[in-house]
Amino acid sequence: MPRASLPAPSYPLVRTVLDNGLRVLLAPDRSSPVVAVAVYYDVGIRSEPEGRTGFAHLFEHLMFQGSANLEKLAHFRYVQSSGGTFNGSTHLDYTNYFEVLPSNALSRGLFLEADRMRSPRITEDNLQNQIAVVKEEIRVNVLNRPYGGFPWLLLPPVLFDTFPNAHNGYGDFVDLESATVADATDFFDRYYAPANAVLTVVGDFDPDEALALVGEHFADIPGRPRPVRPDFTEAPLDSERRKSLPDPLAPVPAVAAGWRVPDPVGSFGDYLPYLVLGEVLSDGDASRLEQRLVQGDRTVTQLAAYLGLMGDPFDVRDPTAFVLQAHQAPNATADQVLDAATEEFDRLATDGLAAGELDRVRARLLAQVFRDLDPMLGRTQALAAAELVHGRAELLAELPGRLAGVTADQVRTAAATLRPDRRAVLEIAPGGAK
Amino acid sequence: MTAAVETPALAEAVPPRKLVPPLGPVPRVKQPTSAERVLPSGLRVVAVRRPGVPLVELRLRVPFGGTAASHPARGSVLANTMLAGTAEHSQVELAAELQSLGADLSVSSDSDRLIVGGAVLRTGLGALLRLVAEVLETASYPTREVAGERSRLAERLAILRSQPSVLVGEALNSRLYGSHPYARELATPEAVQAVTAAQLRKLHSDRVRPEGSALVLVGDLSPARALDTVEAALGGWTGESTARPLPPLPPVRPQPLLLVDRSGSVQASIRLGGPAVRREAPDYPALQLANLAFGGYFSSRLVENIREDKGYTYGPHSRISHSVAGSRLVIDADVATAVTAPALLEIDYELGRMATLPITVEELENVRQYAVGSLALSISTQAGLASTLSALIGVGLGLDWLREHPRRLAAVTLEETFAAARTYLAPSGMLAVVLGEAAEIHEPLATLVPVETA
Repeated sequence: MPRASLPAPSYPLVRTVLDNGLRVLLAPDRSSPVVAVAVYYDVGIRSEPEGRTGFAHLFEHLMFQGSANLEKLAHFRYVQSSGGTFNGSTHLDYTNYFEVLPSNALSRGLFLEADRMRSPRITEDNLQNQIAVVKEEIRVNVLNRPYGGFPWLLLPPVLFDTFPNAHNGYGDFVDLESATVADATDFFDRYYAPANAVLTVVGDFDPDEALALVGEHFADIPGRPRPVRPDFTEAPLDSERRKSLPDPLAPVPAVAAGWRVPDPVGSFGDYLPYLVLGEVLSDGDASRLEQRLVQGDRTVTQLAAYLGLMGDPFDVRDPTAFVLQAHQAPNATADQVLDAATEEFDRLATDGLAAGELDRVRARLLAQVFRDLDPMLGRTQALAAAELVHGRAELLAELPGRLAGVTADQVRTAAATLRPDRRAVLEIAPGGAK
Repeated sequence: MTAAVETPALAEAVPPRKLVPPLGPVPRVKQPTSAERVLPSGLRVVAVRRPGVPLVELRLRVPFGGTAASHPARGSVLANTMLAGTAEHSQVELAAELQSLGADLSVSSDSDRLIVGGAVLRTGLGALLRLVAEVLETASYPTREVAGERSRLAERLAILRSQPSVLVGEALNSRLYGSHPYARELATPEAVQAVTAAQLRKLHSDRVRPEGSALVLVGDLSPARALDTVEAALGGWTGESTARPLPPLPPVRPQPLLLVDRSGSVQASIRLGGPAVRREAPDYPALQLANLAFGGYFSSRLVENIREDKGYTYGPHSRISHSVAGSRLVIDADVATAVTAPALLEIDYELGRMATLPITVEELENVRQYAVGSLALSISTQAGLASTLSALIGVGLGLDWLREHPRRLAAVTLEETFAAARTYLAPSGMLAVVLGEAAEIHEPLATLVPVETA
């Protein structure tokens, strides 16, 4: 590709493993006086028990409610009064906690993460308070708005059969309200062992000094066994599946389709072409589905095709999906949209890419990769997820080269798998006033 | 690795206390190099070097305020079709050219400005600027593409108007801004459907002009060379805009709470609006800090009260919204329907506490540190600095304001914070709007304040 002259940002990496099993990854970058600290625990939505949907996320909230040496509210105050920002998030395969701080607060950031890895303060009051907060989070993000959870919460039950992959990760209110302090304590004991986590520190520090600080704060946390991660693999679909859901708040119909894809970790080489395929199909006005469905047929007002149910191509394990989602124009049916998309997939599979198409799409992808890595937090999260999920943070620096290596034939082969008999389809039937 | 299986102590058994590490010496923030030039056309260009990744972020800001009732719809369709074709390229050709440069380019409009914004691999900056010039000088608004896009935009607006946040925002704006154009920023689907290609060509010719416009470039570039590249590419874009400054904002007049019914809502969306001042006002830094302490960050009184203590809401927030014609304070909280009135009571209580008693010294130092640190973080990225700088330039400020603001924050006293809170956070000076299931929330709200239904 023509961008060979561009230097790929390289991140020197330093690794160690503490005696308690905590994996530590350092990526020094002295360009500005900022540090990021992130702890990724190898437990996510897929690991929560039946009858406790939403528990991984609820537990994430509980990790902010005080810890061994910190009262409730203290974590937030220490981070923010240092001039920093914080958050946490729950994903299919992991849960993360992170702070971005001025570099003079590095030791403090490490202390805060170590303290809750040692022992969060899980009390009945805090549990009931955060159940209420999480219910409001679900109301504001899902229940009180049209297209809530479309398609990331709504498509998995059509696409998957087993509880870990199919259930609603935000959680059922009945399940959330049933959660107990004992559940939380058990969950912590089982999944929040140092050996089940990766600590990533990025930014303005001397690696030796940072390693010493990491040891000072984390080394005395007692080790516990790393839980065995179950196999969440499912058999591929052998025929089309469809479901239609009414949405009383939605003004227009929408449709999503998902196809299972190769193992994002074990078959990375076969998986990566789907990332390029998503761009070929839906990135910008020159993409194939924009041209066909939006500008040509005018059956769609907005669409997206992408890899990963949560738009998370590099931080998810098997099984995952390639997703197409679209809001339909008035009078256009879901089948019109899906049939035309299938014709475009077939055309791509049969005729391959046009001259120059792969190069321009890869140039855009490369720019997007860079743009995501510019913020220190974005870079930290990408490194941490690659280390946890792929076992190799180096993946990030290699990505431009790996993308350059994706061939037109691979994209064509990927397009050929998007057949109707392999897809799961979810339709939103609107009930809202227009 | 040790295999000790030890149940970690939870709340019941707190281990010996460890001390939270103190902060080290405050690090020095390096100022980025920059260069600035006003082209003969009147276009102001600012280039800042921030070589984090091999990209350049671009923001072209064109004054775009309008008082005509037709303006929001025409402005929205113009923004959505500016890249639909030029004298030399069709919509698809233009998009393909942008992709091959590794560029992302989009156009958006609001009541104040049009932004042509995006990013490009640094090797493609010159070529991107030439494409931008081509669009600015020869955007053709092809009739077929305009017809298609205005229908899609009308559909997307219908979807937007089904979002509670959009509906309550409109209701608040109608209360806050009265007859000012800010009250009707979001176009209606009907008005959008009526826009013609000829109207867009005229609007572009009248308004998309360099006089009064500003181009910001931030990224892996040499500032002086970038200015030359801009001048070479955009030197041919000339002409004066017919845009006139918008009238000043009307004062915030207390009125009964406006209740907007949204049947089927499982939450009530509470919004309060109040007065505020522009960033250059002498009491702005004090207001900024007072607002943070009230509800502007997670460790604020409002979050600690109605989220962390009472669990009424996921994310209450208070912010100062800056526009060209003036600034306003906006408070938002989406709360469970059953606790709508109690939540409003707590918001008023926290406002009243701010307005009648000074905050603590510790609260002041906490918000000061946060304001300085989060500002540095927000402009530590190419995109963050480009957007912030573009917005500042749009209200007559610039890099100097950014460089000096930490010093202004450092100088704010407790008395100044209290004075700002009394002036701007007094509950008696606020407007309130609530969107939700009116049948369930009307009566409880009416026990607190006079209520008017929409």
